[in-house]
Amino acid sequence: METLLNISHIDMVFPTPKGPFTALKDVDLQIKKGEFVSLIGHSGCGKSTVLNVVAGLYQASTGGVLLNGKEVTEPGPERAVVFQNHSLLPWLTAYENVELAVKQVFGKSKSKAEVKEWVEHNLKLVHMDHAMHKRPDEISGGMKQRVGIARALSMQPEILLMDEPFGALDALTRAHMQDSLMEIQNELNNTVIMITHDVDEAVLLSDRIVMMTNGPAATVGEILDINLERPRDRLALAEDPEYTHLRSEVLKFLYEKQRKVENIGASSTNTKADKNKSDEAA
Amino acid sequence: MLATVFSNKADDTTPSPAMAMATEVGKQIAIPMMGILFFLLFWSIAASNIDTSLGKFPGPSAVWEQFGSLYDEHVTEREKEEAFYERQEKRNAARVAKDPDYVPKIRAYTGKETFLDQIFTSLITVMSGFLLAAAIAIPLGIAIGLSKTLNTAVNPIIQIFKPVSPLAWLPLVTMVVSALYATPDPVIPKSFLNSMITVTLCCVWPMVINTAVGVASIDSDLVNVSKVLRLPALKHVQKIVLPASVPMIFTGMRLSLGVAWMVLIAAEMLAQNPGLGKFVWDEFQNGSSDSLSRIMTAVVVIGFIGFLLDRGMLQLQRIVSWDKNSVTR
Repeated sequence: METLLNISHIDMVFPTPKGPFTALKDVDLQIKKGEFVSLIGHSGCGKSTVLNVVAGLYQASTGGVLLNGKEVTEPGPERAVVFQNHSLLPWLTAYENVELAVKQVFGKSKSKAEVKEWVEHNLKLVHMDHAMHKRPDEISGGMKQRVGIARALSMQPEILLMDEPFGALDALTRAHMQDSLMEIQNELNNTVIMITHDVDEAVLLSDRIVMMTNGPAATVGEILDINLERPRDRLALAEDPEYTHLRSEVLKFLYEKQRKVENIGASSTNTKADKNKSDEAA
Repeated sequence: MLATVFSNKADDTTPSPAMAMATEVGKQIAIPMMGILFFLLFWSIAASNIDTSLGKFPGPSAVWEQFGSLYDEHVTEREKEEAFYERQEKRNAARVAKDPDYVPKIRAYTGKETFLDQIFTSLITVMSGFLLAAAIAIPLGIAIGLSKTLNTAVNPIIQIFKPVSPLAWLPLVTMVVSALYATPDPVIPKSFLNSMITVTLCCVWPMVINTAVGVASIDSDLVNVSKVLRLPALKHVQKIVLPASVPMIFTGMRLSLGVAWMVLIAAEMLAQNPGLGKFVWDEFQNGSSDSLSRIMTAVVVIGFIGFLLDRGMLQLQRIVSWDKNSVTR
């Protein structure tokens, strides 16, 4: 299959009062159409920076991003983003939040009735049709994130960018959301880049896991192909030796090869291990 | 059997919800009432011990009496006015009957403005000044909040003019208004313009600052959403910026309306512009035995109106703002 997105040798240097800080160094990655790619790495390694460059929210210092052979220079709906903390407009209902996006992207090509139908279709896809007319402060964190995903999907993006979409959710809700996402993926076969901290999530959802080295000057460390058969079932996979092997590959990369030495890194490693445990429990 | 025993026991130990609510409401009403009663007591004792050249300081009962007489005066004045117009109409009708070519002139009644008229004038002045300020300050605040460059450019000016008492502007405003607004037959009285512009000058700063802060502190994720959607600038302001900063805009509006009401009274006193301030000043100059109690009545009324204005803004915020949590006190 052809390459849809080409992240071509990007460097990212931020100016700071103490001098330039190189966050990314020569990140190079090609993503095919319909592929689900996870970016995993320790906090502060620049995963989000990569995503923001692809989204067009940041401009790479050198190198660039090509989508369908065209250079990305600004944010746009063809690269829809699902933000970590849902980012719904709190004064609009779930329906209105999605509607704002649909009207902006398809306002000219769709009639009023078609807009309504498309908004409702996308909310149904994430199982939020029962609470369409609720405001974000009236629904749970998981539901907000579902609406966030519906909003991104409603733009019919060429590539869906997810910035730790389930990071702020509890383990049970997260598992539920992952199943939902797989179900949607089954249906739509979107191209997705997802940032995650969660090893199980990465293995369960991805076709490829891109493991990033620690910053500063972070780059792509290793790429792991996940050839587990779809549809995937978390319970069946828990016993699968292939799954266990892939999982330990990622863990080895994170905790042996790219072990964080600072104290802060150590404490965040602990919380991550805890998260994984609770995930297994779920 | 057991169930009845339990329910009886429950009835004995915990008060019923209705009872609990009644005590809660009682507390909400009774305690402020106690506060007011103590204040009135303290006031009347203190008042009877203060002697001035215009007699004793007015206590609560004197103020209460004045409420009545000020209202009566208003009613009498209105009756006089009605009678005046009636007489004029009759006279005109008679003249037209005599001479069909005569075009009747209607002369306005020029009686003295009553206390109620002055209240009305003050309210109109403060609201127009306030609305004018909002029309200037909110767009300006949004522009400053959106643009760091503009903020850096304008900030020093705001910081210097903000602490200036608007009363210092009053002489300048008066002179500029008389220079620029030099029509022989003004539709809007100059004195009204003076007070209104003074109010505007003091309202603008808190509104600009709060709006700008509200706009500048919008969650960057929401701004990113707008960028991903490629909302055009105007739509970005309308759909994202304005609703997101409504709570802060209202904070600014409430602050400035409070200040505006205080400043307006002072401006009216100083510049002899019609309104409650002029009423106070006229009574002070008048120096009759009733003057102090009439001034004290005005003080109470000014306080009440200020309170109602603030409550009104709060109510408006409750209706308009999506963020019900930010609406407190």
